Amino acid sequence: MPRNMIVVGMADLNVTKAPGVLTTLGLGSCIGIALYDARAKVAGLAHIMLPDSTAIQNNTNRAKFADTAVIALVAEMEKLGAKKINMKAKIAGGAQMFAFNATNENLRVGDRNVDATKIALAKMGIPLMASETGASFGRTVELYSEDGKFLIKAIGQGIRTL
Amino acid sequence: MAKRAEDLFTDMHLDILKEIGSMGTAYAATALSKMVDKKVTMPVPRVSWLDFHNVADFVGGPESIVVGILVSLSGNIQGMMMQIMSLEAAHNLVELVIGTPPPTKEEDKFSFGEMERSVVEEVGNIMISSYLTSISGLTNSQIKPSIPYMCVDMANAILSVPASEFGRMADKMLFIESQLSVENVETTGCFVMVPNLHSFYRIVRALGVE
Repeated sequence: MPRNMIVVGMADLNVTKAPGVLTTLGLGSCIGIALYDARAKVAGLAHIMLPDSTAIQNNTNRAKFADTAVIALVAEMEKLGAKKINMKAKIAGGAQMFAFNATNENLRVGDRNVDATKIALAKMGIPLMASETGASFGRTVELYSEDGKFLIKAIGQGIRTL
Repeated sequence: MAKRAEDLFTDMHLDILKEIGSMGTAYAATALSKMVDKKVTMPVPRVSWLDFHNVADFVGGPESIVVGILVSLSGNIQGMMMQIMSLEAAHNLVELVIGTPPPTKEEDKFSFGEMERSVVEEVGNIMISSYLTSISGLTNSQIKPSIPYMCVDMANAILSVPASEFGRMADKMLFIESQLSVENVETTGCFVMVPNLHSFYRIVRALGVE
């Protein structure tokens, strides 16, 4: 792992300036939300677990939910000199890891995370440039603040660049 | 202001959970011992709350490849229960039960044939059911488990499933680590118990807390 690589944990977020690299490991039903301002060369990555903070009492961790994480991520990036108007988004994750026939909607949390993330980005007016979501495998992602490159790795598959 | 789930459990409750885990593991050890016709030993299980950030440290790190077996729960206690084991442990179990030796090539260890898969699912099912029997007895609840579902992938990706269920009520996850050794072969597994919020309170109340 490169020395300038910052690991973002589950239900966490972080931001960096060039030449920093952000990574989050083993996204399952969670979503990696990558925001990038190409002018300021500022990148932000969140690892969200749940779609909606308003549906839950225990919601103090903003990085845990799609709706609050996008807002928090934008605010943190602005502190590093990024501007919301220049931000673009890429997302990965939202898999269904187990082959349940999804009668229980909590088991379909991956799909709901994807939908909620798209809504949260639209509300903030941030365009979604690329995404790789769904299916039934885990993903590790890397976001490069030098050029906004977003790498996706999965077991037994080649590396994808979004 | 609702209390967070992790604040409801004191050390005493963790001890009780350890005891439940211990009873559950004992049931599982007996069942496994009958299946493989060998002596099975077990240490006292460890029970702990883990932060989401380092939840996978327990099983070798976020990207280590593990086997997860998931059962969804309905009845009086709803939610899910998951067993996680290493690839080695899973292949060891297959060898013990049906005699198929573990793959020699590293890249073949990720895949399980239909027969191998069903052995791992079934052993996981027996172990999970053993835990559920203990919990069901203690809380005087009826628990109906689904069929077992198996997944081989990165630890974080597998753990995200119970974590997102736990995330509704806590910022930590309850882990029960139990080990079973069949003669010289160690098979380490840990269990994640994920009742939904309503069922969680039912368990807490049964443990004597309001």
